[in-house]
Amino acid sequence: MLFARALDAKMLSLQRQGRMATYAPLIGEEATQIGSAYALRNQDVFVPNFRQHGVFLVRNFPLENFFTYWKGYEEGGKVPENFNGTAVAVPVATQVPHAAGIAFALKYKNKDAVVIAYVGDGGTSEGDFYEALNFAGVWKAPLVTIIENNQWAISVPRSKQTMAQTLAQKAIAAGIKGMQVDGNDVIAVYKATADAIANIKNGPTLIECVTYRMSMHTTADDPTKYRSDDEVAEWQSKDPIARVKAYLTRKHLWSDEMEKQTTDEQIKKIDAAVDKAEQFKPDPASMFENVYSFMPDQLKEEFDEATAAKFWL
Amino acid sequence: MQMNMVSAINNALDLILRENPDVVLLGEDIGKDGGVFRVTDGLQAKFGDGRVMDTPLAESGIIGASIGMALAGMHPIPEIQFAGFMYLAFDQLVSHAARYRSRTRSTLKVPMVVRTPVSGGVRALEHHSENPEALYAHVGGLIVIEPSGPYDAKGLLISAAKTQDPVIFLEPTKLYRLFKEEVPEEAYELPIGKANIVKQGNALTIVTYGTMLSMVKSVVEEKGTDAEIIDLRTINPLDDKPIIESVKKTTKLLIVHEAQQSFGVGAEVAARVAEKAIYELEAPIMRVASPDLPYPMPGYEKYYVPTEKKIAEAIDKITSS
Repeated sequence: MLFARALDAKMLSLQRQGRMATYAPLIGEEATQIGSAYALRNQDVFVPNFRQHGVFLVRNFPLENFFTYWKGYEEGGKVPENFNGTAVAVPVATQVPHAAGIAFALKYKNKDAVVIAYVGDGGTSEGDFYEALNFAGVWKAPLVTIIENNQWAISVPRSKQTMAQTLAQKAIAAGIKGMQVDGNDVIAVYKATADAIANIKNGPTLIECVTYRMSMHTTADDPTKYRSDDEVAEWQSKDPIARVKAYLTRKHLWSDEMEKQTTDEQIKKIDAAVDKAEQFKPDPASMFENVYSFMPDQLKEEFDEATAAKFWL
Repeated sequence: MQMNMVSAINNALDLILRENPDVVLLGEDIGKDGGVFRVTDGLQAKFGDGRVMDTPLAESGIIGASIGMALAGMHPIPEIQFAGFMYLAFDQLVSHAARYRSRTRSTLKVPMVVRTPVSGGVRALEHHSENPEALYAHVGGLIVIEPSGPYDAKGLLISAAKTQDPVIFLEPTKLYRLFKEEVPEEAYELPIGKANIVKQGNALTIVTYGTMLSMVKSVVEEKGTDAEIIDLRTINPLDDKPIIESVKKTTKLLIVHEAQQSFGVGAEVAARVAEKAIYELEAPIMRVASPDLPYPMPGYEKYYVPTEKKIAEAIDKITSS
């Protein structure tokens, strides 16, 4: 959780310096992401939207690629072999049907694995969200869907997203299990996810994690335009990291000293990865070479012309 | 064996399912019912409902889930019941199927074949006669194929099921049972991205595909025109080489398609010829296509779709110029 928050801080700082493109911060949502990610086994498949940086960290996604992606290069979207995950998905909720399809494939191939898909509160209003849950339900496919309900879809609050009392109850329409957990309680999220995985034979589960987006939607957004400081302050008092820290400290399992040491190491890792990512040299040929499994003649002609003209730069 | 296009595609799917255990068919009513055109008839009985599946009625879900299957190493062949209902899945096709390889630099790919009936001429209801090929052809990352008869349909479909790219496979409903052809019972492949010179000739070049090929052939035969007829087979990637070669010989180009004219496939063919062979031309390029309006209801269909007379007049005009 500290690693995720440190990464977030670094990304914001780099973005403000013009060294990263637009970025979607995760601060406040660490318990939801880290708690659910730790419940996964290696063979389980992770299907993100665009804010699950914490899950990418837990899944050991190469940090350097992470920075390369958010700098604006597709090379950072390369999915390592055995990563068991898909790439960042930007169009809201469109990734959930993929998760249902992957879950079908795992079942089809008799693999002992589940898919975990992430979607936001706004995403639950999309048709793709319901279609995916419904398909997974009909197929009895091993799919666990986490709703990262951070209360805001850019500027639209949860209350204006749906009249449904909870987002978890949307599972009922698909005939699958739905539950709501405190998304700022890392242990609760872990337990809910682990239970859903352990009981996957009984069908897919939808887990609504109630959390809060403590910062902006993306670095292109100014939340002071549409929400009050009081609301933010109230949620800051429920900070998921402060909560778990208080718990562990009480149990004598954690100290400020340990935190400092951990954070220092994490920052070193982050800085090293940023250095590497900043040395990345784009190769425009890669744009042309990865559209199809072969290069069509027309694309080859366009590539040759552009190369000969040094891309008119 | 003599087969119509329904039997040829059914036979191709049968062979594909037998050959590759990672292939599944999914779509609305494709199981017991065998699809609304009976294209998948008998396949569920043969391969089981684990491989030939009826899905819930949700087009975006069908394509989205197929993308997931493909990402997980399968090779799904979804059917969308009519091309007019495929717009619901347009986002999945454009934003994900087409982009996944590129945006992950080929570490993930989406091998799948989306089959859907297109084109009119069968007096169908609204939204059942669309010609959307140019919409898909405009999306880099998708392959778009439209066969013009049973033999081509089988060979192209078998090839499509082997490529590692997403393929939009458009099946003209009018051709499903229009005529039979000699089709080998065993598997064979036709190259994707290659046009087919259907008939050699010197007086003009006619580029066409799908429903219009049989009409063009019939007009040319009746008039005894010495036309070279090229069937695109694959819309994208467009194989312009045989077109350019042909135009250099004939000096005249007529493009015939059922889809509406403006911004259509004909526009791209005309542009390629203009760029690469304009000085070889001795007459302006001509297009025969449908007018630029929504595909009408069946009552108005005959006023909309190009007729043999319209094609014949265009041939007269271009050959006399």
